[in-house]
Amino acid sequence: MTADIATQAQQETVTFTVNGKTMQGRRGDSLLKVLLHEGYDIPHLCYHEAVTAYGSCRLCLVEVKKGRKTKVTTSCNYPLMDGIEVTTNSEKIRKHRKVVFELLLAQVPNSPELQSMAAQYGVTDTRFEKKYQDCILCGLCERVCREVVGVNALGFMGRGVEKDVGAPFKQPSKTCIGCGACVYVCPVNCIKEEQLPTKRTIVRWERNLPMQTCKRCGYPFAPTYQLLQMQKQTGLPWEFFELCPDCRDVKD
Amino acid sequence: MEPRNEATRQVLTSVADLDTLRTNLTGKQDDRPIIALCAGTGCRASGCMKVAEQFEKDLEDMKLTDKVRVVHTGCHGFCEQGPLVVFRLGKDQAAADADGTPHTNVFYPHVKPAQVRELIESNIQQHRTVDKLLYREPKQKQIVVEENDIPFYKHQRRLVFELNGLIDPTSIEDYISQGGYQALVKVFTEQDPEGTIDQIIKSGLRGRGGGGYPTGLKWKQCREAEGDPKYVICNADEGDPGAFMDRSVLEGNPHSVIEGMIIGSFAIGAHEGYIYVRNEYPLAVLHATIALEQAEKYGLLGDNILGTGHSFRIKINRGGGAFVCGESTALMASIEGFVGEPRAKHIHTVESGLFDKPTDLNNVETWANIPIIINRGVDWYTSIGTGDVSKSPWGGSKGTKIFSLVGKVKSTGLVEIPMGMTLREIVEDIGGGVKDGKQFKAVQTGGPSGGCLPASKLDLPVDFDQLVEAGSMMGSGGMIVMDEDNCMVDVARYFLDFLRGESCGKCVTCREGIDQMYRIVNRICEGNGRPGDIELLEELGETVKEGSLCALGQTAPNPVLSTLRYFREEYEAHIYQKTCPAHVCQGLIRYVINDNCNGCHVCYKRCPQQCITGDVKGMHVIDQASCIKCGICYQSCKFDAIDVLTGNEQPRTGAAATAK
Repeated sequence: MTADIATQAQQETVTFTVNGKTMQGRRGDSLLKVLLHEGYDIPHLCYHEAVTAYGSCRLCLVEVKKGRKTKVTTSCNYPLMDGIEVTTNSEKIRKHRKVVFELLLAQVPNSPELQSMAAQYGVTDTRFEKKYQDCILCGLCERVCREVVGVNALGFMGRGVEKDVGAPFKQPSKTCIGCGACVYVCPVNCIKEEQLPTKRTIVRWERNLPMQTCKRCGYPFAPTYQLLQMQKQTGLPWEFFELCPDCRDVKD
Repeated sequence: MEPRNEATRQVLTSVADLDTLRTNLTGKQDDRPIIALCAGTGCRASGCMKVAEQFEKDLEDMKLTDKVRVVHTGCHGFCEQGPLVVFRLGKDQAAADADGTPHTNVFYPHVKPAQVRELIESNIQQHRTVDKLLYREPKQKQIVVEENDIPFYKHQRRLVFELNGLIDPTSIEDYISQGGYQALVKVFTEQDPEGTIDQIIKSGLRGRGGGGYPTGLKWKQCREAEGDPKYVICNADEGDPGAFMDRSVLEGNPHSVIEGMIIGSFAIGAHEGYIYVRNEYPLAVLHATIALEQAEKYGLLGDNILGTGHSFRIKINRGGGAFVCGESTALMASIEGFVGEPRAKHIHTVESGLFDKPTDLNNVETWANIPIIINRGVDWYTSIGTGDVSKSPWGGSKGTKIFSLVGKVKSTGLVEIPMGMTLREIVEDIGGGVKDGKQFKAVQTGGPSGGCLPASKLDLPVDFDQLVEAGSMMGSGGMIVMDEDNCMVDVARYFLDFLRGESCGKCVTCREGIDQMYRIVNRICEGNGRPGDIELLEELGETVKEGSLCALGQTAPNPVLSTLRYFREEYEAHIYQKTCPAHVCQGLIRYVINDNCNGCHVCYKRCPQQCITGDVKGMHVIDQASCIKCGICYQSCKFDAIDVLTGNEQPRTGAAATAK
């Protein structure tokens, strides 16, 4: 019953404005998702369509007027509502965005990905003390591992300036299946993967994984633990996973 | 009350049952003299439990155990004077002071076990006060006998704390016999949920945790929100440095909080509640646990409370001591078992809070105000405080607020004041003024999220809106008084250092922003401030304020922005003149020996750097190059021969040195 109401609410169309232009969308959708779809240029690092919006990088700030109140808010986790007035590129937003880029550049000064994104918005240097870290703690790796892969190998630990992300107790991970999803989503490319014929290493989580070789062609096509996880999720017989995707298609 | 046998506690199945119990309890009250011994955390730290043991032993030796009632009460608020003992004597047992005036509430500070026997003999047996052990007020050093005549208490308006010095917090019977759970009866018998909410709205009660949101409105929204079940939460995750009012309320009178929560649950339509209390408050956890057990035994919690059909249960959730978990959504995440990180509140917690259900969260002190309002009525309650709340609860600040008055005042402790009292009255009348004849400089209110107000703001009436207007905030009620020896830049650095460790670390603006603000202020304190730093701090502060998700980040720049607003010249002195006017910042001061030095050699011996040279009876010199500015020489010099200098200041010579 409640689920039905929730679905109805999801499908309800709402009208709102962006920089004065009237638009329509589905209630509850991520504002950033809609804005990006409409072609607005909004920087973002911690947002990915595949996972829940988290709102940590603070780059997707916009101004939203709801009722009489106008406030600065992240658009990624702002649910679309009827009658809101969104401003994406006011002077205030540009000012805050610049400071946020500078803060990120101070934390992680040597990331080419971050540098080029900041440069697109006119920020090439930071006025703040450089900390020379490599991770911006956006949490994409943690979310993708939990929500998409379903393995939950990563988590946040500590708080404030001591905050970190990684496997429990900062020990080499025992549960990572080596799927490489975190490597793929990391916006500053600080999670590295090393691939050898017989093993794959996710360097940041100190996880070494043996590769499964294809029963037919002998090609080491995926980490065994990843295949085991896939088998758990799909319920397919193990024989299916003994063949690499190419050989699976070959008829006997 | 004497400790009761658990078996004698029977479930009360109707309002009449509770009334009968109350009548029985009050009827049993005897006229024995009461020795109220503060057993709050502050007094425990200064050794009150040894004093308590001694009372027990001596009373037994003197065969007085049955003739006197010793009550281990909650915190009285005047912790710096602990262990505190108050002899509450009947009119015919009054103790006479040196002038022969009889007294019925005799207050003794700093009681030691060795003094216990004398106190009993004198007060109980001879009906005389022990004058040498009585309290002396800090201004004229006059003896004050009666608890309520002590300036620290006299100017307060103790409503929430009313029973703290009277009852044993581990006895529900004590609370009931003092009129406890009467407000609950009133709500059950005379009101409906809407009427109760209406009363709370009209009372103008606003959240005591700092936000100042009208409690009644929150209840209303939560009642009207769709969703089932609904939850009520008591936020006892007090974390501001130096603030401990919530702890004292929960420790000293847990049933007032529980009664408030039951009333709230009835008004909102909730059947489950949580008390989220930090585990660093073991006594508060213990007393709340005992109180819940006792309330359950009597059926004041559980199914069909007093036969009314209303069911409500409370669980205790212990917090791990993260400051950010005092933020409502982080607290709820923590109860759910997730990391204590705030969530976006685009949909309010009254609609979707704990487990995505409508949730009402109020602070300990707010809950404790509920029975007071119900018992004494809206008209009475709104007569205390500022503004006009007859049209909207936002119109003013009503009732009292507990502050934790600390810092450079003569009397420190927990003070409950009526809203609208001026800062000057709090500092001068209750606090006894600034210590050691120093000059008042600022008062910091609102904890790490608050701000510093200068002497020109001392006549500001304390209420939610006026404090915000002046650039500070009520916060949960921290109040730190600072004098001329406090450097405001250093104060800002302290709070930033606290917050950069206590930010949850999610938002870049908060985690990195506060850290960078700290780094800038730190380099200013170290004497490496650069032109443009002030402007950079202001610009960054704006972004941290507007760009962060929760109230922690949104208010974190306040200590810096408010000190910049009122004490900008101190920042400028640090940056441009490279001086610390208050002589605090180690990077900008130096210790120099003046003409008063008689060569006693003490500093020479104590200097951990061994950077002081000089022969016995000869003038000594500090080698500035190796000095680490630890200040040990300054503290150990008995001849006022060491000057703390900043900038171009020169050590005193000749008459100037000896004059001081």
